[in-house]
Order: sequence, then C-alpha cells, then structure tokens
Amino acid sequence: MAQERTAAIVGVYEYPLRVAPGISAMEVKIESIAQALADAGLEWSDVDGLYDAGDGEAGGGLQLAAYLGINPTVIDTTQVGGSSYEFHAAHAVRDIAAGKCKVAVLSYGSTSASNRVAIGTGGRVSPAPNWQQNMESPYGSTLISNYAMVKQRHMHEYGTTTEQLAGISVATRKHAMRNPEAVKAMTDLQFVGVREITVEDVLESRIVADPLHLLECCMISDGGGAVVIASAEIARNCKKPPVWIIGSGEATKYLENNGDITTSAAAQSGPIAFQEAGINPSEIDIAMIYDSFSITVAVCLEDLGFCAKGEVGDYVANGRLAFDVKGTPALNTDGGGLSSNHPGMRGIFLLFEAARQLRGESTSQVEGAKLAVAHGNGGLLGGTHTGGTIILAKD
Amino acid sequence: MTEEIVDKPLPSPSGFAEPFWEAGAEGRLLLIRCKSCNESRVPSSEVCPNCLSVDFEWYEASGLGVIYTYGVMHRLYHPAFEQDLPYNLVVVELQEGPHLPGNIIGIENDALRVGMPVQVVWQKYSDISIPRFQATT
Repeated sequence: MAQERTAAIVGVYEYPLRVAPGISAMEVKIESIAQALADAGLEWSDVDGLYDAGDGEAGGGLQLAAYLGINPTVIDTTQVGGSSYEFHAAHAVRDIAAGKCKVAVLSYGSTSASNRVAIGTGGRVSPAPNWQQNMESPYGSTLISNYAMVKQRHMHEYGTTTEQLAGISVATRKHAMRNPEAVKAMTDLQFVGVREITVEDVLESRIVADPLHLLECCMISDGGGAVVIASAEIARNCKKPPVWIIGSGEATKYLENNGDITTSAAAQSGPIAFQEAGINPSEIDIAMIYDSFSITVAVCLEDLGFCAKGEVGDYVANGRLAFDVKGTPALNTDGGGLSSNHPGMRGIFLLFEAARQLRGESTSQVEGAKLAVAHGNGGLLGGTHTGGTIILAKD
Repeated sequence: MTEEIVDKPLPSPSGFAEPFWEAGAEGRLLLIRCKSCNESRVPSSEVCPNCLSVDFEWYEASGLGVIYTYGVMHRLYHPAFEQDLPYNLVVVELQEGPHLPGNIIGIENDALRVGMPVQVVWQKYSDISIPRFQATT
C-alpha cells in the first residue's frame, strides 16, 4: 500500500509532574489539552474529534464533551488498557481521512501515585464468577506474576538472561537522567539512587516477582497529557512541523490451548502497520515501546520485527538501544515507564516522545531521526491483551 | 491493636462451568471436548476457540501435566497471602493439551523447573475445592 499523509500529530503536552497531590485527573486532562492545543497553535473551538479511554472523573464519552464545553462530531471511547491511545490515534487518522473530523484530541489524566493505586497488582475483591477471575485470585496471581511467567518461559525457550534484558533498563535510565522531568519523577517517587544504572545494579535489585527484579518494573506515578492530531490541511498551518502518522495496526491476543505466551499481539499489529507505512523495522530511528516491564519491551521488539523471535537478548544487551549508539534504534528516549512516567496507561506518552524526537525536541535527541514507532500493550502480556502500533514520520 | 484477618479469595462458580467445580469436590479434573472439532479446552468459554462451536461435552482428564512456566511472588499485594511469601504461581500444560494455572505445593520454590512433571491435587475449603499441583515422583 502506498504511504499516505492524511493526518499528523500537531500538538503534544506531557503533564510535568509525576506526584501531584490534590490535583484531579480531570485537571490534568484539561490543562494538558489546553497546552497541547497551544503547542499546535489551535483553539478549543477547533476541536471536533474527542478520543477518550474513560479515565478521569468526568466518566468518558457521555460526560467529557460537556465537561470540556465543546461539540465534537466524533466521540471515540475505545478502552483497551495501556494501548488505548495507539488505537485512538489509528482511529483519528481514519476519521480525519473519512472527513468526519479535522482536529482530534486524545487526553489522559491519572492520580495513581497520590491515590496509592497498586496498578493491576491483584485486587482485594473476591473473584467475579468468571473463569479467568476464578483461576487467578485464589492463587495469589498478580499482574506482575503474569509478566514474570512470560519472562520465565522466554528464558526457558530461548536462553534469554536477566543480564541481557537488564540492557533495557540501563539504556532507559540513561535517557531518563537526561530528562529533567524524569529526574524529578524519580526523586519525587523516592527512587533509591537517582542516577545511571549498570547491568549489575539491575541484577542486584530486589526480586519483586521472580524472575523480575525491581529495576525491570515500571514506576507508579501520577500524570497524563494530551495529543492533537489534525488533517493535512490544518497540520500544514500549525506552529510546529507536523509529525505524520503513516501506518497503524491493532490486534488482540488471548490464551489459547498450547498458546505461546512469548508472542504478543504486536506480531499481528506490527506487520499491518509497517506494511501500511511501506517501511521496514530496520529503517526505524526511534522505538517507543510500552515498558511496563523489561520483558514487555523484549517480546514486543521481537514481534514488531526488530529481531527474530528468541534473539532479543543479544539485541538489547549492554544498553545497545541507547540514543547515542549508532546503527540501532533508540529505545524510549524519554526514560520510559521504567524511569520517567507510568500512571497506568502509558500508551499516550509513547506518542509524545515519538513526536518530540521527530521535531528535534527530545532531551536525548537522535540526530536526523526521521521514522518512529510507538507500540502500546494493554492488559496482560501473558494473558488477554491488546497491541496498538503507530508508525510516525518526520515532515 | 486489632489485626485484620483477610481470607483468601475463593472461586465463585456459576453458569456452564459449574460441573468443573462439582467434579473437583470429588477430586476429579474435568475438561471440555468440542463435539464439532474434538479440541480439548478448559471451561473458559462456552465457545470453542478453534471452530466457534458451542456444542461440547465434559470428560475426565488424567490430571497429569508439566510446568509450562512459573513465577515466584516476593512482594505482597493481597493481605491474605502474607504468610505464603514467597509463593509460586504456575501454568501447567496438561497431558490433554490445555493450560491450567495454579500453585505447586510441597516443593521449595528453588526446585521449580519448566518441564517438571506434576499432577493435580484438589484442596478443600469450606464450600469449594480448588485445583493445585504437586510434583510427581
């Protein structure tokens, strides 16, 4: 399929605080939308497409437009966990191409840290009468144990080691230390050692869910932000250069009999997105991959086609994906969920940093970056989850 | 000072999966076989993921399998599991094919290995029995 440039990211805003006591999720969303529109040089009245994952106190699609005081012609409330925003971006491009709207806004606000939300770590509620709940809660199953089991199986099948995967945490922390907001995040969340880390630091960090160490797990923060996506015609006249969305893919994956938990939904969404964009993973400069845990990045890199299944250990080892290493894509150059921002649904932050890189605004800028991928994963990597892949291009 | 005693969550069987739990109370592991394509599965849905048929029958499985993967929780997220830390979670690949999650009992966590042969054991609580696994010798 020929690459089309029908819509672009024209405005982004990442809420600067990761610990924001007394601020509501809606306040984060409203300020972020206003700032993202200002970044684009657009007005509230220009917004005619509203995309929302139902976060915040307004309650999603039924209430959000009224809360914001706008009258959109498109309302999309797709909620597929952390990948919701890649799905929203894909839908916004389609809706703009179909002439249903011209200026789409995606926003996110969360107070997970201030509310002490232990994201997805296992509820205190009794199981609902469905098979999945009945088969998780009684055993003390948690979100982290699910990801730990994916890592264990990957290690068993392919010989992947924690030492290799630590390269993901090392590269990401390096980027975080160059990002003042990430440094403040780690400081405010009282990280032990706000500094660059080594492979040994990761190996020596305490075990949370064997085989996952603490430094392989994302933070739990407050935060949020907003993205403005506009039609080509509007994008041409915005304040900053457009960042074109040239490909998208959506997928879901769930446990099947004899199901391989080392392969994710990215194996479906990735090829669809790359084919639409008419490019190969080897051409990508910036890889924004949902890093709930090291293993999430590892599995998704393989499934997106950056390396063959089972070879991600060598691919990421020793911080190879740092922004200043030539010949490899730069991974999560904002510091990622591991070291910068993870209020629960990180997908929107992947779009922010991809856009900043392709505008030349990153704190770990890759010289001449032209192409980026943002891949969000929502749900449980080793269970039911979604994958949303967005390919972005510099103007 | 009062201490909050929290019970572990237990399954709430209902609907088409009830026979699984009823058989479990008798120490038997039932699986579903699709009457259209013959594929075995756990009772996660009335619909066969292989052929989408809703026509199925129950059959008694061997209760034998191998560890497909496992993890060991070192951090507490649910107060009822405090005494168990560190505790394991496993996914077992049953001899009949389907994967069944649970815990392995009667073994040190350090001894767990992918591929280790195990068998199902039903542990009785007041109103319900739940399947766990132990290593076979």
